[in-house]
Amino acid sequence: MIRFLASSRLRYLWLAVGLLLALALPWLVYPPIAMDIAAWALFAVSVDLLLGYVGLLSFGHAAFWGTAAYTSGLVAIHTGAPYLVGVLAGAVAAAVLAVPIGFLSVRRTGIYFAMVTLAFAQLVYFVANQWRGLTGGENGLQAVPREFFGLDLSDPFYFYYAGLPVILFGLFAAWRVVRSPFGRVLMAIRDNPARARALGYPVDRYKLLAFVLSATLAGLAGGLFAVNHGFVSLQEVYWPTSGKVVMMVVLGGIGTLWGPILGATLVVQLEDFLATSGFEGIGIVTGAVFILVVLLFRRGLWGTTSHLLTMVRDRGRPSHPAPPEPTLARELEKA
Amino acid sequence: MTNFLQQCFNGLVSGSFYALLALGLAVIFGMLGVVNFAHGACYMLGAFGAYILLVEAGVTFWLALLIVPVVLAVFGMVLERLAIHRLRSLDPLYNFLLTFGVTLVLQDLVKREYGIQSQPYPQPRGLTGSVDLGLFSYPAYQVFVLVSSLVVCVAVWYVLTRTRVGMIVRAATERPDLTGALGINVGRWVTPVFGFGIALAGLAGVLAAPMRAVNPLMGADLVIAVFAVVVIGGLGSIFGSVVAGFGVGLLQALANLYAPTIAQTLVFLLMAIVLLWRPAGLFGREEAMA
Repeated sequence: MIRFLASSRLRYLWLAVGLLLALALPWLVYPPIAMDIAAWALFAVSVDLLLGYVGLLSFGHAAFWGTAAYTSGLVAIHTGAPYLVGVLAGAVAAAVLAVPIGFLSVRRTGIYFAMVTLAFAQLVYFVANQWRGLTGGENGLQAVPREFFGLDLSDPFYFYYAGLPVILFGLFAAWRVVRSPFGRVLMAIRDNPARARALGYPVDRYKLLAFVLSATLAGLAGGLFAVNHGFVSLQEVYWPTSGKVVMMVVLGGIGTLWGPILGATLVVQLEDFLATSGFEGIGIVTGAVFILVVLLFRRGLWGTTSHLLTMVRDRGRPSHPAPPEPTLARELEKA
Repeated sequence: MTNFLQQCFNGLVSGSFYALLALGLAVIFGMLGVVNFAHGACYMLGAFGAYILLVEAGVTFWLALLIVPVVLAVFGMVLERLAIHRLRSLDPLYNFLLTFGVTLVLQDLVKREYGIQSQPYPQPRGLTGSVDLGLFSYPAYQVFVLVSSLVVCVAVWYVLTRTRVGMIVRAATERPDLTGALGINVGRWVTPVFGFGIALAGLAGVLAAPMRAVNPLMGADLVIAVFAVVVIGGLGSIFGSVVAGFGVGLLQALANLYAPTIAQTLVFLLMAIVLLWRPAGLFGREEAMA
């Protein structure tokens, strides 16, 4: 049975199970949480696209998620356009913001990249905080409508199904990028930037393009999140949001795409559980879980499981070396 | 003119905190290759340490200035032994993530205990008045902060460049393998150096208690600004971090005077300019191209 499950030919079965779960989600969890899970899942996948496949840890993705959230909210409030217009405008805004930030950030790698993206996100946070006339400052954007050609989407249960296609499109886009020749080049850059450069690939341009793509997906997710909640708070551009999404990726498994989806589901559920149980200091639990994952399960839940399944499947066959632990940025090791 | 000079002083005082924190980060990064996200949380713990000592045991500021850094150094060394040490052979990003988790835990533990409102901390006796600096008078406590920060920075510089311990630390920073081959036990210095860096953050926290709001989030935004400061100075460079710390403080104060809207974001804008112009930082060396 386990061997059967581990067979890589069963990818389509996994896909079907995943789709089924996505469709059934509002029945399985409290409906307003369902869209949160979906939005955070796409957000986490966007971060994994950079971290797992280009080896760049962005610790400032809240900038893109938050900018898109504000943009979607503002478009919805001021034009009353269908929610899709606002969400797309949010994704475009995130992409536009990602060009200068990405251009400057890809000049550094590894730990520097993480610090620089974090600092730029803080810049965006201060701007959002100061520009009260537009963002509402600490009060946030209130009463973002959920308009779709007169359809009543005020019930979060229905809005989930309205938003799900956008999320699935985003996830599909990430999957396509990873499997494309472009994605292969990204992985080559992750594993050996000098060699990729020697082969004639403009490394920094590839990184920048990946960064903008990732920010666009994060923006798509952020816009939907904003419309789902009906308001945008300063929290969306603040650094704990950037940290939370990285936490989801690492918990689920870096470089697996499925893992971040799993990680997002668990973290959103855990935080919801802690918040409703009245426990103060959610960070004590999430932080401790994160510390344990980093210390003990660096492959993440998805990575550990698939690693174990692979070992079981290959039992009795000529052994081959275990796949290395995921490296965050292999460039630094060689530097 | 007086106003200008006064702002310059304000800038140097806030630069003192940047410099102390950046110095600790730089020392830790140099020796361990770890960027300590929890540095801001340790600064916060320093301020709370002083506050708790005062409220629970009536310990004065001056004694807290000695006790708190020592306690935090021990805390840092325990953290290094229990967790950071285990991840040292891996990509340094793992330790960055680990210390991020530590930050969340520390912040929320303090928040749970004391809430998010700021706790009052009185100015220490002997430093309550102001000092006449010729053109204007300036709060004595702020002068004390500036002087102590300068003294600590110079002392660290002296230890690093003029003593045998400093020589070992610098050599281990430069080429750990070669230093080890010369018969020096590099590993023995790692834990104390980490503890020392944390102690510097704690010291900055105690110094901040009487003049800044003591609350669980006081270090959160600060540490990110300090990250920008060390990127400006060049992360590997201890001298660069200190100079960038005071420089950024000064420029921020001047921005307060002439362009208040950008004062808060200035440090990040400066970082952007430095990244364009000298990606390795003002005093940093180019990273070896992989």
